[in-house]
Amino acid sequence: MADTTSSAIAVSPALAKPRVDLLIEQLARRSESIAIPVGAIIVGLAIFSVFLLCLGKSPVDFLSLMYKGGFGSSFSLENSLTRASPLLLTALCVALPARLGLVVIGGEGAVVLGGVAAAAVGVPMLGLPYVLVIGAMGIAGMAAGGVWIGIVGALRHYRGVNETIASLLMAYVGIALMNHFVEGPLRDPASLNKPSTYPIGKDYMIGNIPGMDVHWGLVAGIVACIASWVLIEKTTWGFAARISGGNVRAAQIQGLAVGPLIVGFTALAGAFAGLAGMIEVGAVQGDANASLAAGYGYTGILVAFLARHNPLAIMPVALLLGGIDAAGGLVQRRMGLPDATVLVLEGMLFIVILFSETLYGRFKLFNPDLWLRNRQ
Amino acid sequence: MSDAGAIGLWGVPLAILGGAIRVSTPFIFVSLGETITERSGRINLGLEGTLVFGAMIGYATAVLSGSPWLGILAAAASGLGFGLFHGWICKFPKVNDIAIGIALMQFGTGIAFFFGKPFIQPVAPHLPSLPLGWWSSVPQVQAALDVNVLFLIGIVLALLLAWAFRNTKVGLIIRVVGDSADAARAMGLNPNTVRLLATAAGGALAGIGGAYLSLYYPGSWTERISSGQGLMAVALVIFARWNPIGCFLAALLFGGAGALGPALQSVGVTQGYYLFYAAPYVLTLLIMIATSSPTRALTGAPGELSITK
Repeated sequence: MADTTSSAIAVSPALAKPRVDLLIEQLARRSESIAIPVGAIIVGLAIFSVFLLCLGKSPVDFLSLMYKGGFGSSFSLENSLTRASPLLLTALCVALPARLGLVVIGGEGAVVLGGVAAAAVGVPMLGLPYVLVIGAMGIAGMAAGGVWIGIVGALRHYRGVNETIASLLMAYVGIALMNHFVEGPLRDPASLNKPSTYPIGKDYMIGNIPGMDVHWGLVAGIVACIASWVLIEKTTWGFAARISGGNVRAAQIQGLAVGPLIVGFTALAGAFAGLAGMIEVGAVQGDANASLAAGYGYTGILVAFLARHNPLAIMPVALLLGGIDAAGGLVQRRMGLPDATVLVLEGMLFIVILFSETLYGRFKLFNPDLWLRNRQ
Repeated sequence: MSDAGAIGLWGVPLAILGGAIRVSTPFIFVSLGETITERSGRINLGLEGTLVFGAMIGYATAVLSGSPWLGILAAAASGLGFGLFHGWICKFPKVNDIAIGIALMQFGTGIAFFFGKPFIQPVAPHLPSLPLGWWSSVPQVQAALDVNVLFLIGIVLALLLAWAFRNTKVGLIIRVVGDSADAARAMGLNPNTVRLLATAAGGALAGIGGAYLSLYYPGSWTERISSGQGLMAVALVIFARWNPIGCFLAALLFGGAGALGPALQSVGVTQGYYLFYAAPYVLTLLIMIATSSPTRALTGAPGELSITK
């Protein structure tokens, strides 16, 4: 009882505060979760610049080429957006389970199996109406991905299997399965150098957004991010998921169905990654082949961690990483750097962003309780 | 068919045995390293990255110096560096050891590809092997028992670690820190320092495991050198219940599973090659499912380990 009275006293002067102060207070609190990641990205770039200097390359060249190749022209921006669209979906594959306290990093498996399932379902249906074929491919891709990651969630909850390791093992199995199908039962005999399934054909490809050289997958990714945000922040399921993520025991005591929540969220996460695979097949490749394992699942991990598992923040971060990917080729050619340069940069950003977790709550600036009190 | 023709289908188990010895060696080193780290209460998923970097730096050093043993040394030193970094960064509050491991996995792989590009072409001297199959005149037996030196060192290391955990002061310190950081502090030990050193030791062993890949089997540096051995070894440690001898046996089992595909291929079974390729991963997963439990803590698990909480 003593607790409630003391907190009531603490709250009342705050209510009496002028609105401007409250606004500043809110702004200070909110800006922490933006300022720290942005600062971490800048520090990460600075470390990478030092790395380049050690190799005798100019960081200024690097940054300007990065800007030019990723965001400088409408062409490069469209390229970045195209690369960002699968990242939106694969990042959700990490972010949704993360809200339940699970670290799922095997999105790559769901991507490739989603692509294979989409091709396997779509190819025999060719000749049927466009909407039907694309719809069936989408459902097949999402189902395959959903089952794949849903299994990881179920194993975690009902068998206590560590989800991080299980999901990555499942990714290896998924890639092996894809190779098996693409080079075996589903192979188009006409694909000699690069084993592929039969193509879905030009008429059934997913087109571009009008007026842009970016396919509709971008819209699908944005819709998925917004829907995920609504799900997590505005629905009772999302609320229950966040409680289970905070404390499983507490959630169970409250009578929340933790098992179905975990399986449901991981399955949804996998479905998004599977959709990414389906879009790769439907909008980019035209058939399922080994190029599906292009690392979108792994870059998605970085996107989700940079966005701190917030679906809305995933959108700008995916664009940033898409831009880095898009500019990678140009930077490597112009500066004579190996292909893995982007990997090194991403790895450095990843480490710095994880390290920055320790900074939350350490800066006085973001905690108005500390400086407002002094002023009064 | 012609390869195994002389001894028929007996070629399959022989090839699996030989393959198990060859394929298991990196598993032995990585899992023993991870055992040291996990016994101290931390988990380092970044060993996959350490393994790939160790493979690269080991190969590069062997190419430049002409000595595979210097390569092993360089790989161990680089692994030590990665381990020190992981151990140092994880001591800060709110920094998650699993997530840092994922980041180091990506970073280690990236930086290995970055610097490894010029070493894809040159040929490095290989590590020596002992022909323990000299008594047999069957070439398959000789091939299977052509045992590399690191495998033998791995056996010794497993025995040594099992003994050290039980009987030495260092072993006791690591176990105390892993089971209860509070108890360790009460004894005047600094858990962060112990974990830093344990992670560094684990990294060094993982680096050696990587150098084995590039310097003995498959014996060249490519960007596809590792197929997740570093990660599977982490799962293997859980299966082996943090017991060094168990790690060694589990590594042999995994090596055998990994050798299944190539062995069947050598007698003409090519159907479903990619499915056999997935065998070690499926086996790892099945073992994890069989040995985990949602309700009780795993026997032998260090109390401070985040992965089993």
